[in-house]
Amino acid sequence: MAYGNAAFAALSDPTRRSVLERLALGPRAVGEIAEGLPVSRPAVSQHLKVLKEAGLVSDRQDGARRIYAIDPNGLGAMRAWLDQFWDTALLAFKAEAERTANDEKEDDA
Amino acid sequence: MTLAIKPAPVRKSLTVAVKPERAFEVFTTGFDRWWPRSHSIGEAPLKTAVIERRQGGRWYGLLENGTEAEWGDVLAWEPPKRLLLAWRIGADWQFDPNLHTEVEVLFAPEGESATRVSLEHRLLENMGAAGEGARASFDSDGGWGGLLQMFAAEAVKAS
Repeated sequence: MAYGNAAFAALSDPTRRSVLERLALGPRAVGEIAEGLPVSRPAVSQHLKVLKEAGLVSDRQDGARRIYAIDPNGLGAMRAWLDQFWDTALLAFKAEAERTANDEKEDDA
Repeated sequence: MTLAIKPAPVRKSLTVAVKPERAFEVFTTGFDRWWPRSHSIGEAPLKTAVIERRQGGRWYGLLENGTEAEWGDVLAWEPPKRLLLAWRIGADWQFDPNLHTEVEVLFAPEGESATRVSLEHRLLENMGAAGEGARASFDSDGGWGGLLQMFAAEAVKAS
């Protein structure tokens, strides 16, 4: 799932995680997001761009300011790891259940 | 502003070409034979994965260094129809006895010799917020931040 992978990659950076955690508190302009972060405003803008491309953040124009917010649609990607995990696990379970069943049939023969 | 967004449960189902009794048996007693080795917590590789065969029992990993990594406990043991596990591994990949998420597995007969296995991992909104009387929202670091950390941890492992 390319979309989920983009989200994974976007979140591999600790600054981007900090940015997203700030947005979890509510929509913010770049300046507010950058406050207290150990990186420059242009750097925060760059991180926001990556988060936006990964589908985790949306933005809208508000007068002279651009307001960023968590994109609720990105939540699907947030669950992606767990989703993939259970896929993997259940397929392994199915393979094991059917393997042992076949073994028994062979034993019976 | 409160973002009252909560993650939907993860739902999976698939058909297994064995009867419910066997499906339940392999899922539980045979747990160690299929549980992906990559999915474990603790300081050492996973040696044996265990689901105890009773309500109130535990499910956990025995690690190669002889220690145990607890994952949660068995909330309902209803062979061959239903298994309900508490998943108490938090956003930081640590066991937290106060964290409550649930994994419910249902085994329904399908035809003469197959089983529909349906799994639901729910209450994901509690992840990372266990100590705060978890609320179903992402207005705190515990809610959103926790999920993010978990997600990131997985991303790092995958890279």
